[in-house]
Amino acid sequence: MSDVAVEAPARPRRKVLTGRAKAERKLGWTLCAPAAIVMLLVTAYPIAYAIYLSLLRADLRFPDDRTWVGLTNYITVLSSKLWWLDVGHTALITVVSVALELVLGMLLALVMHRAIFGRGLIRTSALIPYGIVTVVAAFAWRFAWSSAEGGFVPKLLGFDFDPTATTEGFWNYVVVILTEVWKTTPFMALLLLAGLTLVPEELHEAAKVDGASAWQRFWRITVPLMKPAILVALLFRTLDAFRIFDSVFIISNGNNPNVESVSVLGYNELLNRLNLGVGSAISVLIFLCVAFIAFLFVKGFGTSLSQQRGD
Amino acid sequence: MRRGSGIAALLSLAALIAAGCGGGGSESGRATLNLWVFNEPSGSFTDAAKRCSAASGGRYKIVYNKLSNNADQQRQSLVRRLAAKDDSIDIMGMDVIWTAEFAEAKWIKAWPERFARQLRAGTLKGPLATATYQGRIYAAPANTNTQLLWYRKDLVKNPASTWDGLIAQASRLPKAGRIEIQGAQYEGVVVWFNSLVQSAGGTIVANNKVTPGPAWSKAAQVMHQLATSKAADPSLSVIKEDQARLAFEQGNAAFELNYPFIYPSAKEGNPKIFKEIGWKPYPGVEEGKPGKAPIGGINWGVGAYTKHPNEAFEAAACLRNEPNQREAAAAGGLPPTLAKIYDDPKFKKDYPFADLIRESVDKGAVRPPTPAYADVSLAIAKTVSPPSSIKVNGFVGDLSGKLNDALDSKGLI
Repeated sequence: MSDVAVEAPARPRRKVLTGRAKAERKLGWTLCAPAAIVMLLVTAYPIAYAIYLSLLRADLRFPDDRTWVGLTNYITVLSSKLWWLDVGHTALITVVSVALELVLGMLLALVMHRAIFGRGLIRTSALIPYGIVTVVAAFAWRFAWSSAEGGFVPKLLGFDFDPTATTEGFWNYVVVILTEVWKTTPFMALLLLAGLTLVPEELHEAAKVDGASAWQRFWRITVPLMKPAILVALLFRTLDAFRIFDSVFIISNGNNPNVESVSVLGYNELLNRLNLGVGSAISVLIFLCVAFIAFLFVKGFGTSLSQQRGD
Repeated sequence: MRRGSGIAALLSLAALIAAGCGGGGSESGRATLNLWVFNEPSGSFTDAAKRCSAASGGRYKIVYNKLSNNADQQRQSLVRRLAAKDDSIDIMGMDVIWTAEFAEAKWIKAWPERFARQLRAGTLKGPLATATYQGRIYAAPANTNTQLLWYRKDLVKNPASTWDGLIAQASRLPKAGRIEIQGAQYEGVVVWFNSLVQSAGGTIVANNKVTPGPAWSKAAQVMHQLATSKAADPSLSVIKEDQARLAFEQGNAAFELNYPFIYPSAKEGNPKIFKEIGWKPYPGVEEGKPGKAPIGGINWGVGAYTKHPNEAFEAAACLRNEPNQREAAAAGGLPPTLAKIYDDPKFKKDYPFADLIRESVDKGAVRPPTPAYADVSLAIAKTVSPPSSIKVNGFVGDLSGKLNDALDSKGLI
């Protein structure tokens, strides 16, 4: 509705554009064009091509057999037990690791926010794990936990089994989730810290005068005011975590059916089996899952924004 | 004016990039042949490339491009380029299992008869079979490889010749009675399964048809039995060749099924254990029926899009000639494919198990030649690893269902 209202008066104005304004508009488009074209080339084209491939029987090993198969690849994927198992693995890793990251990230953000001495040192050292390349971090965790590769953790805990062995499903998750949490909690903390600084100190002081405990102040003042920041942090991390590939791939040493994520499945179909059709269908489905998660969050985010505006 | 010069700059930049990317050209009549193969640590491939370039009398120059040491990654690097019709792949080191896939996809050239005749002469049967697809030679066997049963002479006097016997023997040993073998979910576990199936008298895939049978359940049973016995390494489900080597070298195992590279490695890594290493043929599944050992190794293939096919065939043949194979064996521990090298006394001295290797390569278990080998391998690996979770009942039906899908490049694996 409001769009129409704005459109109406805009129309006559367009007719009376001066030559200078016209030239400026043209310049604007010219300046934007390279960026727009690059964006189209590097994002829109691959996405469109993946969607196109997902509708074909396209196997690199049988280049002559390329035919249009419609939605067959999607039916193959969605009717496969393996896909749903992997969606389950991915969802489990995502939910548990993001939940742990939120709690730990909040604690870390509070420490960074409240620290009086050595503030710079605390902030810097807290960020180190995030600065380490994921593959390197995953190798470090695998070497620490793998008995076969002489890791110290199983010895330290007195395990007589190998926590990275594919027979130990529970421990595989522990290792993968701990790696994820260790690696990305600083990122979460950083986003939350930005939210914390938005909470005015006066509110805390006023609540203190009114006799509110620290716990009450945290839940009644800090958290509600930080809600947008928390949601943004959760959105970013959930989207990232759902596409988890590198740490799972490294820790499971290429393949482990217990923790295989949807991205690893897509990789296997695309790069090992060279089945571009099915592999692209998986990629498109992962994209749809991610879009759905984003949609859920943005809806939640939108409502919270309007609530704040209503205050 | 200004815009024009900008475009000119862009164009010249593009030209520069294109020039930088264009490999495989010929400079003053001399063909540059790009050789793509894993990084061979002893330098024997580098030497071979130099010798052949020099011997060509200035007709070609071989440039050695090093690939990863992981076979799956080598395949990925090559396949991505080949699918894009990259003409800079002149010669490539192909794992013995890629022949059918690469030939069917027309990524490699069949060897013309005049070169193929040379290859057949004096080459061991097993390696030659890995280079053949539908009756034509598609690659030159560069080196072969096979697994032996390695054991500790100080712990075991007379190792059994069957899996059942070995497992019983190892379980009786008080400590360090383990049998080290590759149980992780990758090609190594497929190698093990294939050898067991063929030792039991069966095949996995023949003539592009799945061939289920009692040999399959026997193989599954042996793997499951070992994995759940006291002879298994607790890490079996993540053990690859190198972890097996390490465990044996550190004295944690009495037996090991592995390639001969473990022998020179132990010499450096643990001389005490090295003195106690004995070897026997790959174990069988039934008494009186010898086992069929896995065959590995690499073959030189000539890329389908090369600009210099004649030079490439010539160079690939040169890379696997007698002196070059001899050096690869002596320095790199890669068993040769030419029969006559095995008769040489000097070779026998460096390679005390030479006769045994020749024998097991000649009678070895070649993995199924099918264009969908990567799918077949993935399906098998996912069904038999971890070996302790194999469901022996219903195993044959489960695997043949997956393999049928794999051959049709259907389903998810």
